[in-house]
Amino acid sequence: MLLSDTFKKIAADGLWNNNIVFSQNLALCPLLAVTGTATNGLGMGLATLVVIIAANGLVSLTRHLIPNEVRIPVFVLLIAALVTLVDLLMNAFAHELYKVLGLFIALIVTNCAILGRAEAFASKQPVKDSLWDGLMMGLGFTLVLVALGAAREISSAGTLFANASLLLGQSFKFLELTVIPDYKGFLLMALPPGGFIMLGFLIVGKRMIDRMLAKKAAATTEQAADLISEPGV
Amino acid sequence: MKADAASSPYYQKLREVLAQCRAFLHAYLQPEHLAQLRPQLSFQTGVLAGFALLASFLLGVTNCSTQGAIQQRLAEDLKNSLAEVVPDDLHDNDLLQDTVVLPSAEFNIGGEQTTVYLARKAGAITAVCFKFTAPDGYSGAINMVMGVDRDGNILGVRVVNHAETPGLGDKIEANKSDWIFKFAGHSLDNTSPQQWAVKKDGGLFDQFAGATITPRKSVQAIHRGLQFFQAHQAELLNH
Repeated sequence: MLLSDTFKKIAADGLWNNNIVFSQNLALCPLLAVTGTATNGLGMGLATLVVIIAANGLVSLTRHLIPNEVRIPVFVLLIAALVTLVDLLMNAFAHELYKVLGLFIALIVTNCAILGRAEAFASKQPVKDSLWDGLMMGLGFTLVLVALGAAREISSAGTLFANASLLLGQSFKFLELTVIPDYKGFLLMALPPGGFIMLGFLIVGKRMIDRMLAKKAAATTEQAADLISEPGV
Repeated sequence: MKADAASSPYYQKLREVLAQCRAFLHAYLQPEHLAQLRPQLSFQTGVLAGFALLASFLLGVTNCSTQGAIQQRLAEDLKNSLAEVVPDDLHDNDLLQDTVVLPSAEFNIGGEQTTVYLARKAGAITAVCFKFTAPDGYSGAINMVMGVDRDGNILGVRVVNHAETPGLGDKIEANKSDWIFKFAGHSLDNTSPQQWAVKKDGGLFDQFAGATITPRKSVQAIHRGLQFFQAHQAELLNH
């Protein structure tokens, strides 16, 4: 494969094993606030992705400079400044996109996952690894947001990716689906408590898949062990 | 010329100083050297202050350099939303240039004063439009714009910006639902004060599933906006 083992491990951690939401249970505040629809989840995920990569890169670049005692205020400063920069620049130069994503950008400041990655990974690892970690963690986060948004949207309104063309442009109109026609609507799922409940189901699903994989892996090692021990008998 | 410049003593001196600076920085930024510095209180203070300075400098520069562009974008947005609430065939003047400022403190629609944009056809006022605000939205102010014809009928209302909950309260936006279009044609004459409310409060207008405060406060602000127009109707139409 093209990727080294370290990079593969970082990717697996970010996307699945140590996923921000599924495993670290971080970033629940912006998560529950915006995942009413899959489109909103995607918007929030993409905006977070950009900021987490930039934050990881900056923190890793300056990691030798930052003393342990003042690292948290420095990280907060870096992330808050970065989010504000993105906010201002997008407002000025990508105004159409800003009108759609603008709502989410301010919410990124409250995202503890970015601070978490700065603290747990970027402050100890080289720049390249940190950027890759930011990308993978951000992608993992985006995937969860879209999955949770889709699950909530289908169960609350019967649609999928409603208003996606506002976010991605008219060419993505085909994404807008009505999954259940004439659906009466289930309000709870659109509200934050519904987000909690649906997130619970998703996490249970993830754990079940993990357990199945572990059982399978254990079975294969046993088999392998049998094969190895047999000739000796 | 180039050879002269390269051989001049000032150039040589400059190169030496630059090389010294680079060597010093290189030695200073060695991880081992920084590791020695990090436990010192003065270094910690310096780093924190340095990052704070750098961040404020970057933010200041970005703010200054984007301010003009953002203002321009906002003006374009305003022009577009004015065009949505006042049809083009109702006026032949530039709305943004033809304005009058009126006191509006008593109507609680945002500010002490409200700028009213006048739509004229051949010099005569055909309609007016103005920005107004529901200061008490669910999560902050909801900024709207509305157009009113000579007789006090609403031509249209649009939300310019707001901070309501994405997915719930943002149905007040024209491109997310058709709720905001329902106000066209209503006036203080054909809609009674009781009817200027959401259905939950006995009024005429829909609330949203999961978000009642946003539409309630929007309806109330639109009602107050019309009252503001009525109070100044005579003055505006003779302008």
